[in-house]
Parts: sequence; structure tokens; C-alpha cells
Amino acid sequence: MDLKDYKGVWTFAEQHDGELLGVSIELLGEGRKLADALGVELSAVLIGSGMDELAKTLVEHGADNVYVADDPILAQYQNDSYSKVIKEAIDKYKPEIVLVGATHEGRELAPSVAAMLETGLTADCTALAINDDGNLVQTRPAFGGNLMAEILTAKHRPQMATVRPGVMDKAKKNADNKGNIVKLDADVKPEDIRTKIVEQVREVAGKISLTDADVIVAGGLGLGSADGFKLLQELADEFTNGTIAASRACVDAGWIDHSYQVGQTGVTVKPQIYFACGISGMIQHVSGMKGSKYIVAINKNPEADIFDIADYGIVGDLYEVVPAIIEEVKKAKAAAAEE
Amino acid sequence: MKIVTTAKRVPDTTDVKTDPKTGVLIRTGIPTIVNPDDLNALEAALQLRDEVGGDSTVETVTMGRDVTIIKVHELLGMGADHSVLLSDRCFGGADTLVCSRTLAAGIEKIGDYDLVITGHQAIDGDTAQVGPEIARRLGIPCVTCVIDIKLKDEKTIEVVRELDDGTETIEAPLPCLLTVNSKINTPRYMTINNIVESYNSEDELLSVWNHEEIGLDPTECGLKASPTQVVRTYSPAPKGAGEMLEGTVPQMAASLVGKLAEKHLIK
Repeated sequence: MDLKDYKGVWTFAEQHDGELLGVSIELLGEGRKLADALGVELSAVLIGSGMDELAKTLVEHGADNVYVADDPILAQYQNDSYSKVIKEAIDKYKPEIVLVGATHEGRELAPSVAAMLETGLTADCTALAINDDGNLVQTRPAFGGNLMAEILTAKHRPQMATVRPGVMDKAKKNADNKGNIVKLDADVKPEDIRTKIVEQVREVAGKISLTDADVIVAGGLGLGSADGFKLLQELADEFTNGTIAASRACVDAGWIDHSYQVGQTGVTVKPQIYFACGISGMIQHVSGMKGSKYIVAINKNPEADIFDIADYGIVGDLYEVVPAIIEEVKKAKAAAAEE
Repeated sequence: MKIVTTAKRVPDTTDVKTDPKTGVLIRTGIPTIVNPDDLNALEAALQLRDEVGGDSTVETVTMGRDVTIIKVHELLGMGADHSVLLSDRCFGGADTLVCSRTLAAGIEKIGDYDLVITGHQAIDGDTAQVGPEIARRLGIPCVTCVIDIKLKDEKTIEVVRELDDGTETIEAPLPCLLTVNSKINTPRYMTINNIVESYNSEDELLSVWNHEEIGLDPTECGLKASPTQVVRTYSPAPKGAGEMLEGTVPQMAASLVGKLAEKHLIK
């Protein structure tokens, strides 16, 4: 393998039913920095059916090239079809870096492609950089966030990495951006797809996704019961883009669904405000929320680890403190409305 | 029906500590366990075996050093019919790509499988890569994050998988590979009889294979063959100290909201 044959940074633009995921724009934001550091082009790979508008959106967010495989047979993600398209595109255009969002889909697709290409893949990166040799330095947490590891794929190409949603900054939109839209001659036949989707159940609309929320009110074991989330929801509802979340302990106790879990084995979030209510601050939880702009910790135990990373700490019973905060937020909003 | 599952021996991560001075992982004296998701994989396989009946079997494959054999006995203790330990000095330090190569070679040697079930991810690395990579190497379809498995007929399986925002029901032909986590079932306990049997009949129930026996060259195995290399590890830096609010509950609440409002966070 001649490493010099491989040039350019690629990002996988994951879309569901014609809507780009937030992480697809985050990958372009990060990919732009890497491409500029290397002095190469940034390209997005888009797979689906009826993708014209999304291809333009990707150009507006900084893609120099968008490689599009647009075909009704590709309307839904299927491991066989999507990995075949990406593998063949990589064989043809030889990018040096390929970034994929660490979503359910991305964490299945990326290793499938890596195995087909016999190249290295680093999972769930939280930071990426280019070193003096022009290699990608991939930083990821290991052992539940107790350890950070820097990983290189120095002798293989492409260097593949999945990136946790919500970790990288989104690319800014600029309608004046120019880019090429390149059609991939994706040759996928029905017999290439061995699995069949029988049914899809998407969760009810209206739920604010954790990675997109501006304010998160999270509960831990200190809530004492599932009912406690009702109080947290009241506080979350005071904010236009607020939602509740939970530590793993609450999910394990059966108080709330796994989709609300923040942390190493849940979702990584970085809202403007993160209220940690009755959360002790285990490293596995902290690794998923420490990127929050302001962390407010409410805990009965003044020694709780969560106070070590909090911007504002309140020692007290959350069932007294949270209602008092709700009241003050109401007052502050009323005062702001009068101005 | 012949089902193969994979299992890894991992440190019990809650006990993992780093040396505060060097930032290096302290490995000595750390208890090890069978990776939790892998126990769910084995449980799913045992349930299917018992449902199908007849001459159905469950085999397990594990990669690891000699000491790993204790954990392999635990798999037999749960009820696996036969277990394989892939153990060779040249296997050490493999990354996910090379790990999947080694495990796939072991599964190929077992042969004639109808279904492969792996844990979704291991708690030491959380990569979730090895399952899909094995599937590619075996040339069989792959469905990850499976939370329900139903056999439709002898050649077809119907599974429910998790998505980021819902679930998906997928039909797949056999053989295929599924990855599962704790949501699919609760692993059964080992039985005393099974454990005693696993040691008494170790020669029949447990095979240990090296690189030659699975047809791999040492240059294809372990750290040296791995495309990804860890070049540095360190403990994450703690965040700067925050502010503890004081006073009565209403005072603290007012003070907090005042500070957030100053930053234009209350709208």
C-alpha cells in the first residue's frame, strides 16, 4: 500500500428519511479543520433516495465534494448495501481519512467497511488532530473514561474513526459555499441485500433529542423513584429546548428508558446548562456530560464527586431545591418579559 | 441447529484505577469477569438451542491467555456444549480488526454453524466493532443491537434491533451474525453439575487452539499485525473548581438563577 495514493478527508452523511442527523454536520465541522491542516479537500458521502437537497445542504456546510449514491434501493440503511457502496467509493477515490458518526447505524456500518478494506478503525473518538507526520491522532476514552488513549493508524489507509455525536462543533452554514456533486455509480442489486426490513417503529415525534437539547435536567439514584422525573420534567419544561435525562443507575432500576441515559454507555451531551440532580458523579456518567457549558449539581451529600466538576453546586434535598429553582426561573422569565 | 457465540475475559472496569503519577493503568490484582454482553449472547444461544431441540448445540469461542481458561469453564458452567479457547503468544495485543480475524478463523474451524451471536460490545473497550467485522470475514449478514430473536423457519430468522430513535424488525437468512446486549435477556447462573462436568470432561468439552490449528500465520496475528496502535495513554484532566452556593434553599435557588440569567441562559 502506498500511503501517498490516499488523499482527502471524507465524512459519512447519515440521514434518516431525508433528514440529516446533527452528527453529519458535526463531522463536516471537524473534517474541515483536519482537511485544512492537511491542505486537502473535504468530501461528504451521501447515500439514500432523492438526495438532491441534502447534497446542497452538505455543500453549504463546507463539503468541497459530495459523493452521492441516489437510488430507491438505497432509501433505507441496510448493512449490505451501504457498506458495499462506501467500500467501492473508497477503493475508487482513495481518501486518507474517513469519519463516521458513532450512532447505532454508524457503529455497525464503519466496522463492516473497515473489515472489507482491512484497515484500522478507532471507535467513539472525542478529539481528532493531525500530527507532524500527517497522521490522524485519534483520542478516545477507554475503561469507562478512566483513561484517554491516543491511537494512530500510521501504516494503513484510509484511517477510519467513528466520532461520538454531540462532541464536535457543527459546521457553519454559508449559502455561498461552492462544491462539486459527484454521482457514485452504485451498482446495488436486490440480491446484494440479504436482510429485509419488515417494520420500523420510530419513537413519537416531539421528544427533544438529548444531543440537540440546550438544557438537560438529569436525575440519578438520589431521585428515589421513577416519580422524581416528573419534577425534573417540570424544570425542563421551563426552557424552550429542555429535556430530562438520567444516569445509568436509574435506567438499571427501571425508572426510565435507556434512550434517556447520559454517559459512557449512553449518550454524550453538551447542553448550555446541565442540571445533575441526585447524581453522585461516577466517571462513566461524567464522561458523557462534562462537555456541558454550565453544570449545576444538586446533591444531599456535600462530598459527592459531582461537585468536583460542577460550575455551581447546591448541597440540599433536590425535592426542595428543584421546586425553588422552578419558581425563580418563572420569576426571571416574567421579569425578562416586562423589559 | 449449531450456534456459535463469542466471549471475552475483561477486567471488572469499576475497579480499574490509574497510577496518579504515571497515568498508567494498574492491572495487577484486578478481578476479571466474562464480558457482560457476551453472557447475554450465550443466554440467547442457549434459549434458542433448547427451543429448537433435537441435536442443536451451542459452542463458544474465546481468545486469551492460559488463565482465561477459568472463564471458559464458566461458559460451560452456564450450559454451553463445547468451548474453544484460542490461545497463542502471537495473539497478544490484537486490535479489533485482528481480533475479528482470529475469532473468525476459530469459527471457520468449528464450521457448519447456522448462527453466530456475539456481545454487542466489551466493557474494556466499548468499540462494538468485533461482531460486524467477524460477519464480514465469514461472509454472512450482520444485525447489531438485537433485542429479540425469533426463528421463522429452518433458513430464516426474524429479529428486532434497536435504532437511535426506535426499533426495526429485520428478517435475515441463516447463517447470519447477531450482536446483543443486556436488554435481550437475563443470563442464567452456572450450575454446580455443569461446572463439575466441565472440569471432569475437560478433554472432550474444551479445546485449546493455537495459530497453526486455525490456519493463521503469526504475521497475521496480534499487536504487530494490528493497523491501529495506541501511542499514548493519560488520565483526563479534571475541570477547574466551581462555586458552591450558600444560604437557605430559596437564597441558593435565587442566586443560581441570577447567575444563569446574567449569562443570558434564562429566556
